[in-house]
Amino acid sequence: MKNRLLKPMIFAVILALAGASLLLAQKKMLQVKGSDTMINLVQILAEEYMAKNPKTPIAVIGGGSGTGVTALINGTCDVADTSRDWKPTEINQAWEKGVKVTKFAIAVDGLSIIVNEKNSLTKLSMPQVGAIYRGDIKNWKAVGGPDQKISLYGRQSNSGTYVFLQEHVMGNKPYSTDMKEMNGNAQIIEGVLSDEAAVGYVGVGYVLDKATGKPMKGLRVLNITKDEKSEPFSPLDKQAVDTGSYPIARPLWQATNGKPSGDVAAFIRWEVGPEGQKIVEREGFYTIGAKYIDMNEKNFK
Amino acid sequence: MIRKKRTLRNLKESGIRSFFFLNGFLTILILLGIFALLLSSAVPAFREVNLFKFLSGTLWDPTSPIGAEYGIFSMIVSTLMVTAGAMVIAVPIGLGAASYLSDVAPWRVREIAKPVVEILAGIPSVVIGFLGITLIGPVLAKLSGQSSGLNALNGSILLAIMSLPTIISISEDSLNAVPHSYYEASLALGGSRWQTLIRVKIPAALSGIIAAVMLGMGRAIGETMTVLMATGNARAFPHGFFQSVRTMTSNIAIELGEVPYYTTHYYALFAIGLVLFVMTFVVNLAADVFLRKYQERGGA
Repeated sequence: MKNRLLKPMIFAVILALAGASLLLAQKKMLQVKGSDTMINLVQILAEEYMAKNPKTPIAVIGGGSGTGVTALINGTCDVADTSRDWKPTEINQAWEKGVKVTKFAIAVDGLSIIVNEKNSLTKLSMPQVGAIYRGDIKNWKAVGGPDQKISLYGRQSNSGTYVFLQEHVMGNKPYSTDMKEMNGNAQIIEGVLSDEAAVGYVGVGYVLDKATGKPMKGLRVLNITKDEKSEPFSPLDKQAVDTGSYPIARPLWQATNGKPSGDVAAFIRWEVGPEGQKIVEREGFYTIGAKYIDMNEKNFK
Repeated sequence: MIRKKRTLRNLKESGIRSFFFLNGFLTILILLGIFALLLSSAVPAFREVNLFKFLSGTLWDPTSPIGAEYGIFSMIVSTLMVTAGAMVIAVPIGLGAASYLSDVAPWRVREIAKPVVEILAGIPSVVIGFLGITLIGPVLAKLSGQSSGLNALNGSILLAIMSLPTIISISEDSLNAVPHSYYEASLALGGSRWQTLIRVKIPAALSGIIAAVMLGMGRAIGETMTVLMATGNARAFPHGFFQSVRTMTSNIAIELGEVPYYTTHYYALFAIGLVLFVMTFVVNLAADVFLRKYQERGGA
C-alpha cells in the first residue's frame, strides 16, 4: 500500500513546487482601480503602454470611483481612477491609514446629458438638469419636450459621476428615488437607447460611435446652458470644454499613495505626455490644459 | 491473532466514523460561522441606527448630502413583491408540469422533458438577467404603456424561470411517491383520472409540494444578479409591479464593493445581509418541517 501512494505523492510535490515557483517568478502587476467613466480610456492607455513596455504588466479594474478611493485607502491598488475629486473626509481617512493622496489629472471630460432621439428636446439649463434629477420636474413638457413622464437613468452611489452631478448640478441635494440606478455608463446608454422618455448622464467618451466619430444613432446629446439667459454649449465642442463655457466639464483624476516612483511614475508620466494625450483625444475625451499640466509636474516632484 | 485483527478493524471503523462525523460537523460549523460573522458585522450598525427605524424607514440613502438615511422597508417590500410575483407564476406552471410529467406524459416525452428541466436549472443567472433586459423588458414596456420595461414584474418573471426546475423536480418526486394503491383505489371507486389527480394524488403529496414551493421561494429571495440587471434599482417605495424596484440582494451587491471598511454604512449592509439570512432560514426551516411530515405520512 505504501508503495502505491509513493508515486502520486512525489508527483503532487513536484506539481506544488512548480506552481509555487511560477507564482513567485511572476512580476507584481500594477493595479489600477476605480472609475467606470475612465475604465475604457485607461484600459486602452494601459494596453498601448504595455505594448511599448512589455516588462510592466498593468491590470485595470472598474467598480466606480468610490471603489477606487476605498482601494487606495485600504492599500489594495497602486493607482485609483476617479471621475470626481477626493472629498476632505476621504483624504483624512487615507491619512489616518498612512496613505498620502497624490492626484494627477490625466484627461478632461465633458459630462453629457443624453435623451432618446425620439425626444424633440435639444437643450437644457443646468438648473433644469438639477431639478429633473432631484425629481422636482417630473414631465418633459415642463422643459419644452413632449408630454411624457420623465424616465430617469443614473449611476449608483459608488460612482464618481453620481457624486459629481450631485455636487455641481443638483446643489448637493438628494437624487430622486425614482431614478433607475444602473451599473455603468454602458448600461445607461442601453437604457436611453431603448426608452423614449429617458434621460441619462454619461462621460463624453461613451457618446460617440467609434466608427463614425459622431454621436451614436438613437440618442441625442443635449446642449447645456449655465442658466436661463446664457448661450447653450455642446460637450462635443472642444473649445467650449477647454475654455469652461461648457458648464459641466470636469477633470479625470488618478491618485497614488505619496509621490509615485518606478513603474507607476513612468506610466502616469506617459499618460499625461504627448503619446498618452493623443490616445485620450482618440477616445473622445479632452486633453489636459496648461493648469493641469503644471499641477501634475508639481506632484511628480 | 484473531483479537489483534478485530481491534484493527474496530480502529478502522471508528476512524472512518470520526471522519464522517467531522465532515458533518464541518458543515454545521460553516453555517454557524457565517451567522456569527453576519451578526458581529451587523450589530455595530445599531449603535448609530435605531433598529426600528432601520426596519421601518422607507428611505435608503447612506451617501445623502443632507444626512444619511438607513431605512430598508422599501427594499424588504420589493424583495417580497418580486418573490410573491415569481411564486404566483411559477407554482401553477410548476405544479402543472409536475402533474403532467408524473401522470399524463408518455414515457418518451418524460425522457426528454426531465433533462430539459434540469438544463433550465443550470442556466447562469447573468444570462437570464440579460434575457430580462433585452427580451422581456421591451415587451413589458409595450404592455404597460410605460417607456421602460425594467420593473418588478420583469424580475418576477425571471425568478419564476429560475425557481421552476426546483418546484417541478421536487413536486414530481412527491407525486410519484404517492402509493400506487391510492391511484388504483380511486379508479376502482369510479373516479376519472382528472379527479384522481386533483382529489387524491395532489392532496396526498401536498407536504412535498409545499416543501418544493418553499425551496423555490428560498431561491427567489436570495437571487442577486438577475434582479440587479432587470429591476431598474430605483430606491423608491414600490407602488406597483410596473415600477422599478430595488431588492435587498441587489442593494448589497451594488454597494458592498465600494463602501469604506468599518463605517456605519458598511455595518448597515451586513445588517441587510442578516435580515436576508433570517428570512431565507425561516423559509428553509418551514420547508424542512413540511418535508419531514411528508416523509412520515404517505411518502416513500
